[in-house]
Amino acid sequence: MKQTEGMTLIVKTVTRISVWMILLYGLYIILHGHISPGGGFAGGVIIALAFLNVMLAYGRGFIKRWVNIGFLHDIESSSAALFLAIGILGMAVGGGFLANFISHGKLFHLISAGTIPILNIVIAAKVSMGLFVVVWTLAIFHLDKGGKKE
Amino acid sequence: MPVETWLIFILGFMILGSIIALELKDILSSVISIGVVGLGVSVAFLFLQALDLAIVQFLFEIFALIILVRAFIGKEYHIKEPSKSHVIQTVVTIVVLLSILILSINVFRLLPQFGEPIFSTARHYIENGAKETGAANIVTAIILDYRAYDTLGEVTVLFTAILGVLAILRTKSKTTSPAGGDHETN
Repeated sequence: MKQTEGMTLIVKTVTRISVWMILLYGLYIILHGHISPGGGFAGGVIIALAFLNVMLAYGRGFIKRWVNIGFLHDIESSSAALFLAIGILGMAVGGGFLANFISHGKLFHLISAGTIPILNIVIAAKVSMGLFVVVWTLAIFHLDKGGKKE
Repeated sequence: MPVETWLIFILGFMILGSIIALELKDILSSVISIGVVGLGVSVAFLFLQALDLAIVQFLFEIFALIILVRAFIGKEYHIKEPSKSHVIQTVVTIVVLLSILILSINVFRLLPQFGEPIFSTARHYIENGAKETGAANIVTAIILDYRAYDTLGEVTVLFTAILGVLAILRTKSKTTSPAGGDHETN
């Protein structure tokens, strides 16, 4: 890690601790989407913000080394297809497009509500990776336009 | 205090924030004032007990604020001098808005009580939502079970928008960058 890239050492150290807490909170929001307020969209944005936090604190070069952006784009694209696949599976098993074909379980339990938690996770992958890839593309575009090199 | 009073207070706060955002000379201060408007929307959702919407609104406000600050920081913007046509435009705007308000004042008497009529579909969701879907959170039960087809459309819209952004920006960055190789094709 070069000191020239990203922000100061204080910001980097705080980010190193706080990013995991943000990710954990995002996962909590996603997995409890069918019990408490929140859900796929909110949790997805929290996870995208955690990635954005790393990008702002450590710089674009670090993000490129840390995660594979193409893989994130693949996750984003395939989760859209996965949503559709669950819908078609509902048509085959449950008797209607996007039917809730898994048993509902008990109310207020973590594993309940059939396909709703699965759809929440799929939407969260979609939203988080989509938003982060868009921000990353905008940052790269800005870099090229401005003519400054990293 | 009743909810309506709080909502009117928040609405006034938001209007003040947007007027300040328009009038400020510094672009970064304007962005912060716009953030006040988003925060007002989020708090209004809290008062209306729409917690899911409040969370999403608040998070997207943070997201938008980061992108806007990132985009506008350290940039000089030329500010136009107010001319005579500016005054005329303001007068015309105020006259048009006031006439719309006066003409539509009869409609306010026809409005139903705040949050009063619950339609039969909504009543069915409230009464049978937990039993039929097994989800304790009624909002999730509606958007991912009763109206999951709607959510599929939303996902498709997001997918198409991201695809469009990637397609447009990538082509431009490929053609304008002299060296290339700085970004990979992925």
